[in-house]
Amino acid sequence: MIRYIFRRLLWAIVLFLAVTIVTYVIFYLIPVDPARLAAGRNPTPQEVKNVAHYLGTDKPVYYQYGLFLKRLVIDHSLGYSFANRQSVNSAIFAAAPVTISLVLGGAILWMFIALPVGIYSALHPRSRLDRVAMASVLVGISAHPVWIGLMLSYIFGFRLELFPIQGYCNLKGSIAGQSCGGPIDWLYHMVLPWLTFAVLYAAFYVRMIRTNVMETLNEDYVRTARAKGASEIRVMVQHVIRNAMLPVVTMLGMDIAIALGGAVLTETVFGLPGLGKLAITGISTFDLPIIVGTVVFASVMVISFNLLVDILYAWVDPRIRLA
Amino acid sequence: MALLEVRDLTTHFSTDDGVVRAVDGVSFEVEKGKTLAIVGESGSGKSVTCLTIMGLNTGKVQTSGEALFDGTDLILLPKRELREYRGKRISMIFQDPMTSLNPVHSIGRQLREAVTLHEGATKAQANSRALEMLRAVRIPRAETRLDDYPHQFSGGMRQRVMIAMALINNPDLLIADEPTTALDVTTQAQILRLMNELQRDFGSAIILITHDLGVVAETADDVLVMYAAKPAEQGACDDVFYRPHHPYTWGLMRSLPHLTAVGAELNPIPGTPPSLLNPPSGCRFHVRCPYAMEICRTVEPPLEPAPGDSHHLAACHLEEAVKQREAEQIVSEMMADTA
Repeated sequence: MIRYIFRRLLWAIVLFLAVTIVTYVIFYLIPVDPARLAAGRNPTPQEVKNVAHYLGTDKPVYYQYGLFLKRLVIDHSLGYSFANRQSVNSAIFAAAPVTISLVLGGAILWMFIALPVGIYSALHPRSRLDRVAMASVLVGISAHPVWIGLMLSYIFGFRLELFPIQGYCNLKGSIAGQSCGGPIDWLYHMVLPWLTFAVLYAAFYVRMIRTNVMETLNEDYVRTARAKGASEIRVMVQHVIRNAMLPVVTMLGMDIAIALGGAVLTETVFGLPGLGKLAITGISTFDLPIIVGTVVFASVMVISFNLLVDILYAWVDPRIRLA
Repeated sequence: MALLEVRDLTTHFSTDDGVVRAVDGVSFEVEKGKTLAIVGESGSGKSVTCLTIMGLNTGKVQTSGEALFDGTDLILLPKRELREYRGKRISMIFQDPMTSLNPVHSIGRQLREAVTLHEGATKAQANSRALEMLRAVRIPRAETRLDDYPHQFSGGMRQRVMIAMALINNPDLLIADEPTTALDVTTQAQILRLMNELQRDFGSAIILITHDLGVVAETADDVLVMYAAKPAEQGACDDVFYRPHHPYTWGLMRSLPHLTAVGAELNPIPGTPPSLLNPPSGCRFHVRCPYAMEICRTVEPPLEPAPGDSHHLAACHLEEAVKQREAEQIVSEMMADTA
């Protein structure tokens, strides 16, 4: 187990290097000079040169990449933004709670919807609820997140005036420059973004849970459990659900990890200052340290959730031996 | 009174394609401590008969007839009450030991569950019972294996675990649905011997579903030969083996491989079992029967006792003299073969 985790961590480092190198290379293939953008309006060539020297963009790519690694490993710093010299660490730390609130809250909500509906549909195929669920699955899978988000803000925010349609409030009380804060404001502002997420993902998960439960119900060991005299509830809880959840756990881990890297569309629709928004801002201003910072965060999330899911999986399914 | 009396059992499944008559009028009895073998090809309704008795069919099922177990009709019993019979007084083991155990629970946990579902035993009590059963089915180093998972056992060992689980509550009746089909030949013999010994020790009656006539001859007291959801022939094992009265039974006996006759060919029954969605008219076997007559195509033969033996039943239009002659011929062939 320890050896397995150690080996996985080594692979994670390789993966991390690969992802960041690719990010650097792509950035330098774009024919834009970040120094010119950062040097202000109508800069002289000398000014651009000075700025380039200041930002370090006059050095070759490998030198810059090496500097990035050195800073990261020794100073634990992701550097400073080209655009406003703000520390990338603090930008990420400010944005991460927003995205984490959005994704984890959304995930809890969508699983709360998907689990009962999926299991019910599996137990009563072709029932009325099953048909309704399958139809909404189709809507959820087909609809674009922006459209879902806009429809929800139009109906619940604008028409019914039930929830705010924009903005984020800090969970732990208001911070400078914010008019709201605390758990209630936080919850109030997150309802619509969570719903958007839930509509989007609950659809996939209802389908997946339904299929898995139906397949598991046909397993021989479920018949064995019934033959032993177990009640239907016991059969479901002890024998069906745990086996049916194995693939769902994997999917859930991956979906959460990917969404944590930045739920760009949902964050944009609801004006949430999360990682997706940060990445978009970074890209549109050619702000390399910010872009790399979000990439680093996203890849760390994906890698660690992957590891977490694998360990969880081995715990749930004794057939998996981590070696 | 017999332990289990099944009367005119039918099981029909409604499917998208129509009604599948999986069991169509089957009657038999199982005496305490005796073994009944149900024989037939795949899809003849052997398994469904037993699943119906246990109430374990899934899908849209219509059942009629009765299955009196110790005087109680299991078919009419509400689910909640039937559960008290399952695993406690009637147990079942299945064909494929590789898939019949829950992969994510330890063997010990699955054995304990069988105990605690029916008795208010503590975990320690259930555990010692589980261990005792693992020893009874001769799992080596049983005490070290309770915490192991099914994937850590071989197929034969898993079937032993299934048998241990089935017998843990000392049931009156054990239904074994092709318990050795998925195992290799040497393991098959071991499992059958184990079942025979445990039957002697525990005194359970057994319904053994099989398509292996060799197994039947060794273990069964009574035989029920099923063809296309109906009984073709049934009776005491010796009667059916020494005086077989149905062309289908003859076919099954002829299709046994001859180990002694070098170069002899296999004699399978030609054709395939009919669809139970739309079974043939008349005698269901007439399509594949080398003795088929005109009447076989139109009139279904009744299940009638053989002359002089009211317990030996067969459903065939052939004349008694023809049956006698053919039966003698086949038995002498078989005797010559084994001699």
